[in-house]
Amino acid sequence: MFDFLEGYDLLGAFWVTVQLTFWSALGSLVWGTLLAAMRVGPVPLMRGFGTAYVTVVRNIPLTVIIVFTSLGLFQTLGISMGADRFTTINFRLAVLGLTAYTSAFVCEALRSGINTVPLGQVEAARAIGLSFPQILRIIVLPQAFRSVVGPLTNVLIALTKNTTVAAAIGVAEAALLMREMIENEAQLILVSAIFAFGFICLTLPTGLLLGRLARKVAVKR
Amino acid sequence: MRRPGQARTGGRRAAKDESATVLYDVPGPRARRRNLLWTVLFLAALAAVVWWVIAGLAAKNQLEAAKWEPFFTDGRIWQTYLLPALKNTVVAAALAMVLALPLGALLGIARLSDHRTVRAGAGTVVEFFRAIPVLILMLFANAAYAEFTDISPETRPLYAVVTGLVLYNASVLAEVVRAGILALPAGQTDAAKAIGMRKGQTMAYVLLPQSVTAMLPALVSQLVVIVKDTALGGAMLGFAELLASVRPMSANYGANTIACFTVVAVLFVLLNIALTTFASWLERRLRRGKRSTGAVVTAEAVDDLAAPGPAEPPAPPGPGTREP
Repeated sequence: MFDFLEGYDLLGAFWVTVQLTFWSALGSLVWGTLLAAMRVGPVPLMRGFGTAYVTVVRNIPLTVIIVFTSLGLFQTLGISMGADRFTTINFRLAVLGLTAYTSAFVCEALRSGINTVPLGQVEAARAIGLSFPQILRIIVLPQAFRSVVGPLTNVLIALTKNTTVAAAIGVAEAALLMREMIENEAQLILVSAIFAFGFICLTLPTGLLLGRLARKVAVKR
Repeated sequence: MRRPGQARTGGRRAAKDESATVLYDVPGPRARRRNLLWTVLFLAALAAVVWWVIAGLAAKNQLEAAKWEPFFTDGRIWQTYLLPALKNTVVAAALAMVLALPLGALLGIARLSDHRTVRAGAGTVVEFFRAIPVLILMLFANAAYAEFTDISPETRPLYAVVTGLVLYNASVLAEVVRAGILALPAGQTDAAKAIGMRKGQTMAYVLLPQSVTAMLPALVSQLVVIVKDTALGGAMLGFAELLASVRPMSANYGANTIACFTVVAVLFVLLNIALTTFASWLERRLRRGKRSTGAVVTAEAVDDLAAPGPAEPPAPPGPGTREP
C-alpha cells in the first residue's frame, strides 16, 4: 500500500520544515522583542518606526514577502545571504522572509503581555530610579514573556504552517514534496492524508505542550 | 486597572505629552538629551540602511523613471494587469468568506451541542483543519478537482483556492462563532428558557442573532487573513491574482520587478488597512451601542482562535500604547 513512498525523502522534507520553523522562530523572537521595545520606548522616532513596520508587514501577504526575497532580493538585486548553492540561498531567503513577517506578530503578542504587568510595579521601579532599559529588562519583560507563552505558542504554530509558503521559492520542504508526489503518484487521497498527518504531528503536540507550559509559568494575578 | 503600556488619560502628564506611558518618566533635561542622542543614532542607522537600499537599487537600474512611470502615466498597465488581478483577489476572498460563514456557524453551533457525539465530531473537524496549512488544502483541492471533476483548467485554480480557504476558515470561524455565543451574558439563555423556548429556538432567535453582531469585528479581520492567503494560489496554483501579475507585468515593462512588487504590496496594504479600520470602527460602535449586550469578539481574538489546541482564555484587551 505504501510502496509509492519509495524514492521520496518524506522525513527529509519534514526535517526542512522543522529547520525553517526553528531558525525563523529564533529570528523573529529576537527581532520581535526589539520591535516591541521600540514601540513602548521613550524615543518617538523609534516608536514611529516600530508602529509603521508592524502595520505594513502585517498587511502584506507572507507569500508576497517570500516571493519578493527570491525574485526581488536575489534575482534582481543579487543578494545571496552569503551562500553559493541554490538550495542554501533559497533556504536562507525563506528564513529571512518568515522572520520579517513573523516578528510583527511576536511584537504585537509581547506588547499585549507588557500591558498585563501591573502599574504599581513599574511605578515602584521608577521610584527607585531604574532607567527605561532596566525597567524593561528586569521588571517588565520577564513577566511579559511569562504571560505571553500562550499567544506566542499560537504564533509558533502559525509559523510552522506558514513555512509551507517557502515552497513558492523552491525550498524542498513538505508542501513542495507534496505537490511533486501529487503530480507523479495516483494515490491523491493517501498522499494528502500523509502530509496532513505530518503537520498534525508537528502542530498539535506543540500546542498541547506549550499550552501546558503557558498555564504553568503564567503569573497568577 | 491601568497597565504600564497604556497612556495615562487625564492629569498633567497626558496634557504635556500624549504619548507618555508609565514605563518612563516625563523626560527632564538629561532624558531629553539622551532621547535626542538615540534619535540621532537611530536616524543615522536608518539613513545608512536606506542609502544601502537605494545604492543597491540604483546599481541594478531599478530606480530608472521608465520603470516606475507606467504605474502613473499608463492606464493600460492597470487595465491589463492590476485591476483584473485585484478583482480576482477580491472575488476569491469574498466567495471564501460567504461560503465559510454558514459552514463555520454550523460547526461552531455543533461544538456547543448537548450531545457528546456531535460535539466531538465537530471538534475533530475544526481541530483537523486548523492544524494543517491552508496551502496543503489548496494543493489537495486542486488535484482533486483535476481528477474527479471536469472543471476547466482555467477556472480550476479559483475553485481550488476558494475550497482551501473555505475549509480552513470555516474551522476558524467556527471558533469565532463559538466565542461570540459564549461572550453573550448567561441571562440571555436563562430568559429564553424562562419564556419556554426550546434549545433550537433559543439558538435561532436569541443567541445567534446577537452573537453575529458581537463577532462582526472578528469576521472583518478574518477577511484580512483570507485576502492575504489568496496570494498562495497565485504563487503555487497559477491563480491570476495580484502576486501572479508581477511576472507578466515586469516582463512587459522592462524588468521593473522592484516597482511591480512595491505597487502590489501597496495595494494589499491599502486593501487590508481599509478592512482593519472598518473592523475597529465596528468594534467601537458595538462597545458603545445601547441596544446591544456589549459582548464583542475583538479583531485581536482571531489570531488566537486560528491555532489548534485547547482554547486559551480570552486575550487581554488590545494593546494600548498608541493605538489610533
